Amino acid sequence: MALAEGVETQPQPPASLAARLTDWARRRTGIKLSLVLGPGAFWLLVFFLIPLGVVLAYSFASRGAYGQVIWRLTLENYTRFFDWLYIRVFLVSVWIALLTTVICLVIGYPFAFVMARVPRRWRNALLVLVMVPFWTNFLVRTYAIMLLLRNEGLINSALRWLGVIEQPITMLFTTFAVVLGLVYGYLPFMILPLYASIEKFDFTLVEAAQDLGASTWQVFTRVLLPLTMPGVVAGSILVFIPSVGAFVTPDLLGGGKVVMIGNLIQQQFLTVRHWPFGSAVSFVLMAVVLVSTMAYFRVGGERRV
Amino acid sequence: MGRVADVELRNVSKVFDNAVVAVDGVSLEIEPGEFFSLLGPSGCGKTTTLRMIAGFEMPTSGEIYIEGRPMGETPPFRRNVNTVFQNYALFPHMTVADNVAFGLRMKRVPRDEITRRVREALQLVRLVGFEDRYPRQLSGGQQQRVALARALINRPRVLLLDEPLGALDLKLRKEMQLELKHLQMTVGITFIYVTHDQEEALTMSDRIAVMNAGRVLQVGTPLEIYERPSNRFVADFIGESNFLDGRVVELNGQRATVLVDDRLPVPARVQDGLAVGEQVTIAIRPEKIRLHPTGGEGAEGCVPGRVEEVVYIGTDTYYLVRLTDCCTIRVRVQNSQNRLDSGEMVGEGTEVLLSWLPETAMVLKA
Repeated sequence: MALAEGVETQPQPPASLAARLTDWARRRTGIKLSLVLGPGAFWLLVFFLIPLGVVLAYSFASRGAYGQVIWRLTLENYTRFFDWLYIRVFLVSVWIALLTTVICLVIGYPFAFVMARVPRRWRNALLVLVMVPFWTNFLVRTYAIMLLLRNEGLINSALRWLGVIEQPITMLFTTFAVVLGLVYGYLPFMILPLYASIEKFDFTLVEAAQDLGASTWQVFTRVLLPLTMPGVVAGSILVFIPSVGAFVTPDLLGGGKVVMIGNLIQQQFLTVRHWPFGSAVSFVLMAVVLVSTMAYFRVGGERRV
Repeated sequence: MGRVADVELRNVSKVFDNAVVAVDGVSLEIEPGEFFSLLGPSGCGKTTTLRMIAGFEMPTSGEIYIEGRPMGETPPFRRNVNTVFQNYALFPHMTVADNVAFGLRMKRVPRDEITRRVREALQLVRLVGFEDRYPRQLSGGQQQRVALARALINRPRVLLLDEPLGALDLKLRKEMQLELKHLQMTVGITFIYVTHDQEEALTMSDRIAVMNAGRVLQVGTPLEIYERPSNRFVADFIGESNFLDGRVVELNGQRATVLVDDRLPVPARVQDGLAVGEQVTIAIRPEKIRLHPTGGEGAEGCVPGRVEEVVYIGTDTYYLVRLTDCCTIRVRVQNSQNRLDSGEMVGEGTEVLLSWLPETAMVLKA
């Protein structure tokens, strides 16, 4: 007590400017908060919200004869989207993204499970294994997949050499190739959140369930899966969202035969130069992703309690 | 009468991958309806033994029989036993009612029967009205009762309990001890109870197996374990004991005389196979020793000593009495009188005489 009082009454030694600034900020929560949140908020405002506003504005504008944006307000860009041609592209995108998500889940769950259960020194090795692809450029990796899948590629050559097939199997420029590429690209985003939630899981609950007569499958569906649902939800969202809007993978591995909504947007902006329509498609995509994500969160959230 | 033991272990051993011998040749027979405790310090193999009965671990050698049938590699969900886990292991995403109903749902029992039996089970553990709570909304004692109800609802032949009261505070633990014993008598199910708390084991058990370093050292009723420990570990682990090393110098009917430190004769109990000249250890409980002032009558058979330390602990007073240069003994005297009124009877430095009934001094062979 005596010491604390003494300190308080003693004259403060002259502090540095930085020290005085932080001291002043500490006393004002508002200023402190804005110092902490400020840079991030500024970044988001300038590079996310403002461009988003521009795109939103474009989506109600019209295209001039030479591809320029004309400020004649219209809803035409949105109504045009409800043409079967574009709806089909949209459905194909959602289908491919769903397929990618489910496959990532089916492959990623066992992997994450094993990763969470092996001794700690093996865990880090597996974690590095998951991360390794990030060390190489995405485009390079996609080209590598093309080399594998081509008619004269590694897989077909090997199968022909083994005598399994005579004619090469067409794999490149198919939906299969696109899904393969997407699964390959986004699998880590499924594994990491799954790993995080399985690692936290209390495995005595497995024994408790077995003790009460649950078979291995029942232990999984009644106990492990519901309790790791946050990881499933997070991983699925992290895979689904970039998959549904992907354009590099369908462009390279789909070769123009598989057109996803990302390709449509890209075409409108860069090839057709119809920026207003491209903007409208972007917004439709965003709205659908937003609504489905929220619905998914709600379902996942309720099951988890 | 050819009655089949509920659980029988025949020469069961468990060696883990890292070559640690957790359980080393354990044989036990547990009778129907018995409250049987596995008691020992941590790492003695009691939990591993329980987990082998439950089916979570498979024995490296030996065989476990449940209701007379060898279990072999039978998985936990095909054994007619249920477990109450140390940390309860309640399912956090399920309500109390769903937790309790889990076992019956796995067995596809009809819905209305489940509802009825859940109500009965919750009545049994006095948790009616808590059906819709989640485990995290319950106190430790309540969670404990949910764990019990969840296991008992399956009407297992044997209930396995792994230190179920370990996480509760002392007062609640004492209450739950009596409640558990009561519950066991009500439902008539065999309980196998793992604990490191000797008082808990003595309070609740019909029989106790004392374990150390993977082996069973003694099996018996609480009375037998406490009054007739068969070796030094048991005498030391259960309650308190004074140990005096010496040589048998005289055998006389019910009374043996052991010479401690080559000069101090003390009385001890005669037991089979004891011979004059044998090196033995005698174990004697502090509360079995009486303390007398010197100069009184009946000094025959008494052991002289000097009080070195007096420790007052409320119900009792401990005296540390030096017998010889290298030998002291702890004496526990109940404070049957108000110590403030009666005054200090024996202070530090006082010469005293100690006596005990020869049959209370156990002879343990070296």
